[in-house]
Amino acid sequence: MTESTDTTLITDDLAVTYTGNRTVDAVEGVSLEFSANRLTAIIGPSGCGKSTLLKSLNRLHEIQPNVEITGDVRLNGESIYDTDEPTPEVRRRIGYVPQKPTPLPLSIYENVAYGLRIHGDYGSTEELDERVESYLRKVNLWDEVKDRLDAPGAELSTGQIQRLCLARSLAVEPDVLLCDEVTSALDPISAETVEETLADLKDEYTIVMVTHSMDQARRLADDVVFLYLGDVVEANDAESFFTNPQTERTKAFVGGSDTAASGATGGNERDDHAAAAGTDDADGARTDPVRAER
Amino acid sequence: MAGSTGTESATDGSGRLDRRLLVERLSSYWLGGAGYFAIALFALIVLTLLYQSLPLLSEYSVVQMLTTSNWDPAQNEFGFLPAIVGTVYVTLLSMAMGTPIAILAAIYIAEYAEGRTKTLVSSLIDVLAAIPSVIFGLVALIVVVPLVGDYVAPAFGSDTTGLGIFTVSLVMAIVVTPFMISLSVESLEALPDELRESSLGVGATKWETIRSVLLRAAGPGIFSAILLGFGRVFGATIVPAMLIGGQTQLPDSLFATGQTLPTLIVNDFGELMSLPLTQSALIFVGVMLVVVVWLFNFGAMLVRRRLQRRWQY
Repeated sequence: MTESTDTTLITDDLAVTYTGNRTVDAVEGVSLEFSANRLTAIIGPSGCGKSTLLKSLNRLHEIQPNVEITGDVRLNGESIYDTDEPTPEVRRRIGYVPQKPTPLPLSIYENVAYGLRIHGDYGSTEELDERVESYLRKVNLWDEVKDRLDAPGAELSTGQIQRLCLARSLAVEPDVLLCDEVTSALDPISAETVEETLADLKDEYTIVMVTHSMDQARRLADDVVFLYLGDVVEANDAESFFTNPQTERTKAFVGGSDTAASGATGGNERDDHAAAAGTDDADGARTDPVRAER
Repeated sequence: MAGSTGTESATDGSGRLDRRLLVERLSSYWLGGAGYFAIALFALIVLTLLYQSLPLLSEYSVVQMLTTSNWDPAQNEFGFLPAIVGTVYVTLLSMAMGTPIAILAAIYIAEYAEGRTKTLVSSLIDVLAAIPSVIFGLVALIVVVPLVGDYVAPAFGSDTTGLGIFTVSLVMAIVVTPFMISLSVESLEALPDELRESSLGVGATKWETIRSVLLRAAGPGIFSAILLGFGRVFGATIVPAMLIGGQTQLPDSLFATGQTLPTLIVNDFGELMSLPLTQSALIFVGVMLVVVVWLFNFGAMLVRRRLQRRWQY
């Protein structure tokens, strides 16, 4: 990435391998720098390892069996892989919002208060109330839910749930927020609201976002990483990436010509990635990534 | 030639359509018929039981029979209290022993065990769940009965042969626990990984995730698993009949011999069925079993709905 002055999150030759029935290299030797208070979009065709890369940034991939990882991820210089088990602190500082809007089986209020309660980050119930309100305001949800904070989170619309998930993640004050295609399960209007929320948040947080949508990357991203079959093809600031792509493959992908499409959907290798990654990109796998971008 | 083929295939087409529509219309009848048959069967059973218990009910007061403890059909004394108390003891004690183990084991298998260990443990549990309960009764006669009689009961200051309420409860807990584990594991494993990721993703530990998120989300399923276990203990016949000692008296301790409602039927139906009132009394026991199970399932459905709404995800 371009400006490395204020870098918070670094991957150093990071590789993730699924060692199930077949060995599949989902991410191969990725070295990246995610700069502070910028939004980095990771783009690429389905099953190319985007979600795997994202989850390995806070060790969430480890909940699946048969995953091996080499290389390192460092947050402000400290390795997050130096303990056998991921420490809760790692995932508090590097939050994660899944693709599918997922309310916890708790009330709206308790969804936001969840992390605060776990970490004991509040002095009094009044303070907890205030903080829940402030995070709900931050994701533009407060006015819609303030009269029914005790209702189950799952009774909200999917767009509202996704903003609730953002509020839940923000409530523990992470340094970095990992967003896995957070708008792909939403209708266009809800997606737009969530996008606006992300745009508001990116000045305050370091956001790493996986997206299928080239348009979304154009609208939101400060930096772009183009991932293809587990390799970084190109990583650059958004403007240079879109106006002056450095590789043929990027040009094809950005331009939406057929070269990338055939490359992306033709090879068996890609299917291997999708299959090995399991739920990874399950939704997107049905869409031709390039055609979807026109 | 070409024209006639066309007409033929058109006629065929409409004939085929007619047949399809006929099958479609009939399907609702035979499928519905199967459903109503089940309902009719249930109604028939309940009505038969009720009708056959009328001779008893017309002669003795229900309240009195439910609250007295003299059971001597030959003398026309029908006090159901010992069997009711025995059933309550066995059911509560079994569930108290089995439920915590079932939930903990289910969490272990679903969330902690990995690879071969997981396959081994969960298939062993499934095998245990599939063993006919009479086998458990036989093994218990050889192993559990002496153990309880020689060690466990004396440790609590009771003197028994080893047959009795405690032994039955222990063995029934062993019978239904694998079954409850198996169903609870299914509920936990059906949860989407996003729930785990969402909770871990704000820095919760694995245990916090299980306690605050997964047990809630799988709560209605685990609740159903426990209720099915409860139903099996409540209606259990063969294990109690083999191990409870068959004394129709109010149990004075958990190690006492006793009777449950199903064993009352099993032990007495042979010779005593020749006495009309006794037959009627045993059939009335059947009515009680059906009514309690039905009420319980109904209550459970209400609770489950509430849980499902409260803990939806």
